Amino acid sequence: MFRNQYDTDVTTWSPAGRLFQVEYAMEAVKQGSAAIGLRSKTHVVLGCVNKANSELSSHQKKIFKVDDHIGVAIAGLTADGRVLSRYMRNECINYSFTYESPLPVGRLVVQLADKAQVCTQRSWKRPYGVGLLVAGLDESGAHLYYNCPSGNYFEYQAFAIGSRSQAAKTYLERRFENFTDSSRDDLVKDAITAIRETLQGEALKSSICTIAVVGVGEPFHVLDQGTVQQIIDTFEIAAEQEDPATEPDAATGQEAATEQGTAADQGGSTDEGAAPMDI
Amino acid sequence: MTKQQANWSPYDNNGGSCVAIAGADYCVIAADTRMSTGYNILTRDYSKICKLADKCVMASSGFQADVRALQKQLAARHLIYQHQHNKQMSCPAMAQLLSNTLYYKRFFPYYSFNVLGGLDNEGKGCVFTYDAVGSYEKVGYSSQGSGSTLIMPFLDNQLKSPSPLLLPAQDAVTPLVEAEAIDLVKTVFASASERDIYTVRRQTRTCYHKCSWYPPGIHGT
Repeated sequence: MFRNQYDTDVTTWSPAGRLFQVEYAMEAVKQGSAAIGLRSKTHVVLGCVNKANSELSSHQKKIFKVDDHIGVAIAGLTADGRVLSRYMRNECINYSFTYESPLPVGRLVVQLADKAQVCTQRSWKRPYGVGLLVAGLDESGAHLYYNCPSGNYFEYQAFAIGSRSQAAKTYLERRFENFTDSSRDDLVKDAITAIRETLQGEALKSSICTIAVVGVGEPFHVLDQGTVQQIIDTFEIAAEQEDPATEPDAATGQEAATEQGTAADQGGSTDEGAAPMDI
Repeated sequence: MTKQQANWSPYDNNGGSCVAIAGADYCVIAADTRMSTGYNILTRDYSKICKLADKCVMASSGFQADVRALQKQLAARHLIYQHQHNKQMSCPAMAQLLSNTLYYKRFFPYYSFNVLGGLDNEGKGCVFTYDAVGSYEKVGYSSQGSGSTLIMPFLDNQLKSPSPLLLPAQDAVTPLVEAEAIDLVKTVFASASERDIYTVRRQTRTCYHKCSWYPPGIHGT
């Protein structure tokens, strides 16, 4: 893990052709709390585990609305994530202003990647220590991208980043083939289940996770805690009907009858005072 | 050797009139629908009203290209505000933003004569009236545009606001109910259109009410 000789500068190659500073930055992503994303043909769902510094503090915000059609979940240095979200928001606003149409997700992601790359080739800079799961909708459909500190980006059907994300990835790998035709609600349930995987035993409550959805006819918004708790409760009901301590995905498979979640999570509160941008 | 004058102007006047009236729990904003240039009509069906925020609407007459640019600027700034504050801008906040945005172009102004209307944070109607470079005032009613010289005296007669210089400060909003105010607005456009060639009777009208609000509609007479 300690490759001391060539790792001081981001502009120093190792003999093996690696940039250790960039790899260390990716390590920072792995240390952050988990974030997952999955998409169907028409919707993309982001989820993250809420980590608080201490019992006294509030948890860090890891999901950001970038525009009505794009949102991002981050893992790693939250401050870097905040700055990049601000950049993304600006880009979306400027593009909308000039072209009177929403910025295609693929373009935004490339701009973000290029911005990250710059930091890997300047001696006076350091790479961003944050991985971003960019969820968005554009004319070519629903998209989920992962942006690395290295400046690489990849499109995914489903992905998980951060600590203990391997458990979520295993779950997603098993189920991803079904996601394309999943309904919105099933997608949300899968997201919550994937998050539960990363918790590894810890109780799943709505206070411990944040879920956000974007889809056709549904601007990006974070689901409120009540809605999420209702969906979690439907898991519990289904799980009680089986042996306790069975695999979680068997429980989610039984949920044909439990559609109460549907009406409740119409997303976005309709309260008079709540703003559409309320995240 | 006389100073050379420009033989091209970046501005044009597309005419039209705007009106707004504030009540205790409502606000009516209206603008006529004709867009002209010189003695010609460009379109009979143009809305000079723009919704800037949930409870804030702007009606602008003057040079519509500048008006459109101004609307876009404000919309973009409103998005930034929402990202930073997690809520919509209030009408008084938008009023200040509009003033600053106009003054920013003090030396190449937006040729836009604006009237801002909506509900403030307490649900009371508020109207702000502007000149082209951002000087603004909160009033109980206002009109701007080519017909304002005909409309304003009539509104003064019907609604006369107390002076903002009076102490103690008096309520600027009119005691009329919403239906009466809407009727007044219809009358005002009917009269102005008689003598102002750039103003027609047909208006787009938005009414904000504390309890519910109606999206802008094209209303006839």
